[in-house]
Amino acid sequence: MQGYNEEDFLLLSGIQHFNFCRRQWALIHIEQQWEENVRTLEGAYVHRVADQPLLREKRGDKLIVRSLPVHSKQLGITGICDVVEFVLDPEGISLAGEEGLYLPYPVEYKRGKPKKDDSDRSQLIAQMLCLEEMLVCELSLGYLFYDEIKHRVEVTVSPSDKERVRTTLLEMHHYFQRNHTPKVKVGPHCQSCSLNLVCLPELMKRRTVSSFIESRLGE
Amino acid sequence: MKKLLNTLFVTIPDAYLSLDGENIVVKSEEETLARYPLHNLEAVCTFGYAGVSPALMGACATRNIALTFMTRNGRFLARVIGEDRGNVVLRKEQYRISDDERRSALVARNMILGKIFNSKWILERATRDYPLRVDVDRIKRVTASLSDAMKLVRNVEDLEVLRGLEGTSAVQYNSVFDDLILQQKEHFSFNGRSKRPPLDHVNALLSFAYTLLATDVKAALEAVGLDAYVGFLHRDRPGRASLALDMMEELRGVYADRMVLSLINKKIINHKGFYMKENGAVLMDDETRKQVLKAWQERKQEKIIHPFLHEKISWGLVPYAQALLLARYIRGDLDEYPPFLWK
Ligand code: SF4
Repeated sequence: MQGYNEEDFLLLSGIQHFNFCRRQWALIHIEQQWEENVRTLEGAYVHRVADQPLLREKRGDKLIVRSLPVHSKQLGITGICDVVEFVLDPEGISLAGEEGLYLPYPVEYKRGKPKKDDSDRSQLIAQMLCLEEMLVCELSLGYLFYDEIKHRVEVTVSPSDKERVRTTLLEMHHYFQRNHTPKVKVGPHCQSCSLNLVCLPELMKRRTVSSFIESRLGE
Repeated sequence: MKKLLNTLFVTIPDAYLSLDGENIVVKSEEETLARYPLHNLEAVCTFGYAGVSPALMGACATRNIALTFMTRNGRFLARVIGEDRGNVVLRKEQYRISDDERRSALVARNMILGKIFNSKWILERATRDYPLRVDVDRIKRVTASLSDAMKLVRNVEDLEVLRGLEGTSAVQYNSVFDDLILQQKEHFSFNGRSKRPPLDHVNALLSFAYTLLATDVKAALEAVGLDAYVGFLHRDRPGRASLALDMMEELRGVYADRMVLSLINKKIINHKGFYMKENGAVLMDDETRKQVLKAWQERKQEKIIHPFLHEKISWGLVPYAQALLLARYIRGDLDEYPPFLWK
């Protein structure tokens, strides 16, 4: 199968950063600027998971798998699904070591409450694309669980949603290949941005350094 | 801007530092002397010899706490760096600039500009604050020539020329530095810089202050992902933190010289706190060193408005702010590197 090399894989979770602000994504994923480096965090996470055999929990007609590492060679992404529920379904697929046919539904846990923007959804859709590729099936439904409202929101996904996420991922790879950090588009979202201190968005609104120096020298 | 946390200076010679949960534990002869939570610390600087446990080194490295070892006399020995944060993109561009003399000159000239500007205003301020005590005419002649030098520096694109201008400006500044010592004159006078070893009280103080500044600048450069060892004005030499030396140019005067002057002028230290070795080297005793560290620490907590960022930050964060601005320039976000122009 054609696709990306493993070393060019991007972190799936980056899609939410990218949707929030491209510069934030580039600062984190290209420049590795993060108080707590995401890669290290995710790395530690993956290890914790790898250390224990895949934990499966059975509940009625459901098989619940936590922290499932997923990837897509075609899209060049890798990440972890918080939870994937496999539900017995005659339309489903067979799973190694299990009897019966199952359909997978990813459940992504989020802090806070449902957001207006699309970033949480995009991340879930990217996970679904990974699952589709790894399990050879088609998915159209997943869930976002928000801890503030303490319940899950159903997310239905259309082919055009998937297409949009694919396009976003292509764009991310494009930046990544060029090692390019786009300039700041300062906005109200900068206020809540965790990279505010590194990005210094205020700087971009200010006069040039040349004029700063000239005016100081003239004093 | 991030917050300035505390620096822990350990001056007890046989202190051993270890990790207990989220705390540093300071022990001497099996006895626990103190505990400090790590999350309050920005840096740990130890002048003792007993050591630090590997677990604590690791904890400092992952939390970006700069852990530095000094000799009892305050000479830099070593510091602990954790796993590389791997900001290769930024560093490669730094190396490209460093490999290119002209591009290096464009950054270095602003640092030198900062150095001369700050020297000039240290002197100007003295003429304003103590017109009856200092030789105003003499100092004004120096500041005038520093102003001329700045005009030249502004357009330099050649490192050799820049070094020349830097050198003559330093000579000019040093020629009147002694005038700024207004107290304890009989014991503290400045007759030019001596480094290895410092041969008088003033030089001993300056050397110590520069070492402290160097460790702060190094840590700041590394915190933003730059390589402190690859410089623009100072060329590569194994083991030399060239970029830290570059950035120190603009900070030495405002950061270190002024503190040394105030220690002397405010009589916080006196000549009895020094002793001379057989080879003429002048060293501080433990008490004096503690006073300097205390003054250093207090100074770092003082707030200023950063001249370019227009943001209120503590003096202690100035190296970090400058490192951040340098990184932004290297990444192409700023048209020039904005030096710290303080007055
Ligand atoms: S501060 Fe603003 S521009 Fe900078 S990364 Fe954050 S959101 Fe993007």
